[in-house]
Amino acid sequence: MFLWPALRVGALDRRGGLRPDRQKAPEKRHRLRPQRRRINRGRYTMRNSLLSTACVLCLVASPAFAEVLRWSSQGDIVTFDPYAHTESFTSSVLHHVYEPLVRRGLDLSIEPALATSWEAVEPARWRFTLREGVTFHNGNPLTADDVVASVERLLHPDARARGNLSTVTGIEKVDDMTVDFLLNGPYPLLLNDLSGVFIMDREWMEANDALTPGNITTGVTSYASTNANGTGPFSLESYAPDVGTILKTNPDWWDTAQHNLDGIEFRPITSDATRVAALLSGELDMIAPVPLQDIDRISASSDFKVIQEPALRLIFLGFNYRDELHAMPGQPNPLKDENVRKALWHAVDLDAIQSRIMRGKSRTVGILVAPPVTGYDANIDVPLAYDPALAQQMLADAGYPDGFSTKLDCPNDRYINDEQVCVAIKAMWERIGVTVDLNTESRSTYFPKVDKGETDIYMLGWATLPAMDGFSVLRAILATRDGSSGGNNANGLSDPRLDALNTAAAVEIDEPTRVDMLTEALKIARDKAYFLPIHQQPVAWAVRSGVDVPQFADEYVRLWFAKIE
Amino acid sequence: MIAILVSRLIQAVIVMLAVTAVAFAMFRFVGDPVQSMSREEATQQEKQELRERLGLDQPVAVQYVRFLGKVVSGDFGISFRNQRDVATLIAQKAPATMELVLVAVTLSLALGIPLGVLCALHPNGVLSRVIQGTSLIGISVPTFVTGVLLILIFAVTLRVLPSFGRGQTVDLGWWSTGFLTASGLKAMVLPSITLALYSLTLIMRLVRSEMIDILSTDYIRFARARGLPARYIHYRLALRNALMPVITVTGLQIGSLIAFAIVTETVFQWPGLGLLFIQAVVFVDIPVMTAYLLLVGATFVTINTIVDLLYAVVDPRLRVGA
Amino acid sequence: MRVPVYVLCAMALGLAIITAALLAPLLSSVDPTSSASFNLMDSELPPVWVQGGDVRFLLGTDNQGRDLLSAILYGARVSIAIGVGAVLLSASIGVTLGLLAGYLGGWFDALVMRVADVFLSLPTILLALLVAGIARALIPDANSVRWAPYILIAAIGINEWVQYARTVRAATMVEASRDYVRAVRIMGLPTWAILLRHILPNVIGPILVISTINLAAAVLTEATLSFLGVGMPPDYPSLGTLIRIGNEYVFSGIWWITVFPAATLVLLVLATNITGDWLRDLFNPKLAGRA
Repeated sequence: MFLWPALRVGALDRRGGLRPDRQKAPEKRHRLRPQRRRINRGRYTMRNSLLSTACVLCLVASPAFAEVLRWSSQGDIVTFDPYAHTESFTSSVLHHVYEPLVRRGLDLSIEPALATSWEAVEPARWRFTLREGVTFHNGNPLTADDVVASVERLLHPDARARGNLSTVTGIEKVDDMTVDFLLNGPYPLLLNDLSGVFIMDREWMEANDALTPGNITTGVTSYASTNANGTGPFSLESYAPDVGTILKTNPDWWDTAQHNLDGIEFRPITSDATRVAALLSGELDMIAPVPLQDIDRISASSDFKVIQEPALRLIFLGFNYRDELHAMPGQPNPLKDENVRKALWHAVDLDAIQSRIMRGKSRTVGILVAPPVTGYDANIDVPLAYDPALAQQMLADAGYPDGFSTKLDCPNDRYINDEQVCVAIKAMWERIGVTVDLNTESRSTYFPKVDKGETDIYMLGWATLPAMDGFSVLRAILATRDGSSGGNNANGLSDPRLDALNTAAAVEIDEPTRVDMLTEALKIARDKAYFLPIHQQPVAWAVRSGVDVPQFADEYVRLWFAKIE
Repeated sequence: MIAILVSRLIQAVIVMLAVTAVAFAMFRFVGDPVQSMSREEATQQEKQELRERLGLDQPVAVQYVRFLGKVVSGDFGISFRNQRDVATLIAQKAPATMELVLVAVTLSLALGIPLGVLCALHPNGVLSRVIQGTSLIGISVPTFVTGVLLILIFAVTLRVLPSFGRGQTVDLGWWSTGFLTASGLKAMVLPSITLALYSLTLIMRLVRSEMIDILSTDYIRFARARGLPARYIHYRLALRNALMPVITVTGLQIGSLIAFAIVTETVFQWPGLGLLFIQAVVFVDIPVMTAYLLLVGATFVTINTIVDLLYAVVDPRLRVGA
Repeated sequence: MRVPVYVLCAMALGLAIITAALLAPLLSSVDPTSSASFNLMDSELPPVWVQGGDVRFLLGTDNQGRDLLSAILYGARVSIAIGVGAVLLSASIGVTLGLLAGYLGGWFDALVMRVADVFLSLPTILLALLVAGIARALIPDANSVRWAPYILIAAIGINEWVQYARTVRAATMVEASRDYVRAVRIMGLPTWAILLRHILPNVIGPILVISTINLAAAVLTEATLSFLGVGMPPDYPSLGTLIRIGNEYVFSGIWWITVFPAATLVLLVLATNITGDWLRDLFNPKLAGRA
């Protein structure tokens, strides 16, 4: 600050004029002007104005309605390496840059993307034909080598997302445009799984030493974590964690663009209130999700609109099935008694949660999947009624007239109003005499805790993505934990009938039979109250009027359908 | 004089070593690095290999020295949450915080000193009583309450200023600045006011109390008796002497401001070191917490040492006997 | 000794809030931490003077249906309790170290002062967040009500001991050279007795002043930590937690969940600051004889 006066003084000579070396520029100008003063100026001015008018016309005439869509969400993209994570939000954004062999269309049905056709040449061998003429953002053509390299990278033991293709044992190149997937047995859901597997460019990976996949849990990173080269409708221009991601439209995309965007700018804003304020002040075009308490206010304004529908993601509570509860060491576990679990279910006022906390936007459920998911049956989708007196009676009959103690663990930044729901449920259970030790925390410490089985009662959300099939619930949550099943069953649930259904449904090719198996499994889970389903989470986005974005029950943001007026 | 310099430097080094020891203890013993860094199905042998590779089987003293070496060369490890090099992360976020703190310091000095002088010169005036009253409120209102209030008034109701982020920044080599764009300047207003408020009231009260003290001393009375112009007395004599503690306090306040930037950056989602740190605490990202501790500790120690030395240089009374 | 009117008002206000908070179980008919007292269906009701308000809930309800007035009283109680705990912790550490350093001198004194320098070179909020962060890494249930208050007390209390230590050390050094101390030392009294019974009573004055100001700072720090999400959990909210919860609703027109706890916090801290200021002026020899 104190140097400034010195600098200024140095630049001025004593009379206040500029120092000699600064007078050179004005001299140049003086030389030209006196000779052709008036005419030059006139022509100069007219040419200038003609040029600028032309430019303006150009801007107006060109498809100037193409714009940059600026949007925000509460979480950030964790990495740009498709196999280093399993977060659905990150996958949703990566889908703009990378593409799978098959993708979901406007109605969420599976349609060809990078593969144009497929068939099961043998029960355990599927042959895919690739689309011709597809190029990566750096110009490299898509060939079978790329698919083989990508799948092998995904199946690498260090890849975090390896479980997404757990039934695939290998991949073979048949010719430049054909690949064979080798499975460990007949498997009806290969297409569902493949809709979440993104294809990367082999030469690009080799050139950038990115053949080893990253893993956000172990902290391994590669060039692919912060750079991307895909086939998608947008290319990655820059990715700065916690700050923002900028995508640019890919003019050479193989599909016809149904959007009119020039680019996309994404910014993570963790605070709900700040995000809404940014939308209302015009700094953003879209926020996803929008906090429920602001929905009415935003939709009342004519400058914005809120689009919402129930999502596939189902929120429920899981129980501890070991011999002892963490909250009551040395005593038998009351949650192993089916009547105790039902009592807890009866004690929760699900309608109050739906109307007060979720403001009527969620849908209270009785089973573990949402209506669009295969295996759903409306007949069994009936929660137990709210009856605290009955709940207390059931507890007393089960031998706990004075209640018992349990821990309740919840995340506070993963699901919509997760913390609030848990505080409310704690209050409801304490009213029937159960002592609840509540602990809410960030998802980074919460999910590892759940995975290690350190909870008594915990909250989980499940969307069955990318499969969109009830089998995902059966295999990951309801089946006993062994090498391949029960990946999310960390608390010791083990039911022989469910395990039998799990094994059978995995290889059942006859679809109606398979669906019946899934429905039966879901019915057992409900009748025995193995889990306490709460609601189907709403997906609510807010957009500036003039922005047209379709919404999907799987909560994925698919901005290649977006239009700005 | 040299003795003071040397003793202060030794003090600074000792303090830094203590801070690095705490940082090392956090890094090494809080949470199990092997557990967090190996994949889920790692075998015992793999974990042992990882342990050897990280040097965790060496004696603690050796590990500490290696840690020091890495820190000095700028290797702070990899963030658990972002899987990016921590040093790069910090280098990216530092300009945002530094600019915010710079503007806050400038604001608090530019407003605090004149207001303090005003209150000192007319201690019983209505205006100065009002200012003093509001200053008390200024140090009693928590930073986050101020921030939320400002957002509510200016960003949501009046819609004149942005409520989050830095706006557009321009990259000057390694430094990214928000001063060169209109949106960057607009985004700077509310966060800097929020951050500066506490410091502003502190400086104002300090200037006021110092000037009142000085104005009642003998040599001021003599100057008045000599008939020197009031302006000269107030500004050249009184204020100049009152400014010395103000400068030292400001120097110390810079450290405090960097810390309070944590709260301000959280409220305004300002992408600086403070937001990085609070996210590291919430996500239990030990490498980032350690790096922040080391960086901020080093900054404070440096500033405090400089302030100490400045004080010793300017105030001859302190030179006698360290 | 004339006490200015505004100081009297501040003291009265501060005492009123503190008493109300401490007597919260008696004053409010409902205990917002006990789940039987609130019903989710009563959530987000406005204060009684706004249309839609319910006379049962004078200041409205929060997002769980808790009566806001009771929640504020209990929340203030929690905040003050943690503040007092933190002040006690830092006072115990600081006074002990100050007494010993001032009395024993030598290498112990130098060591304590160097350690104090380390703590002084780091700001309060940073140290508090660090302690909270380490606690969260070590204790899996750090956010539950069983652990949160103790973590907060440790995180806040670990900061302010330096002020106590320095002041007490200076005062101890002055007292230690006095004749009466030399007398009891010759009499053979053990050190701890000398420190506790003879020196400590004479240095109480500055300790009280520092404690008042530190209480306000401790309550503010606790509110900040709770606001940032590393403080008291939502089922046993302190004032900072209530402000954090309410912050998400402020923009949708449900202003009372944030405004009333924030106002209470500001008034409490303001009252304590004014009182502390006046006390400090009272003990300041330079200002004696003026005003």
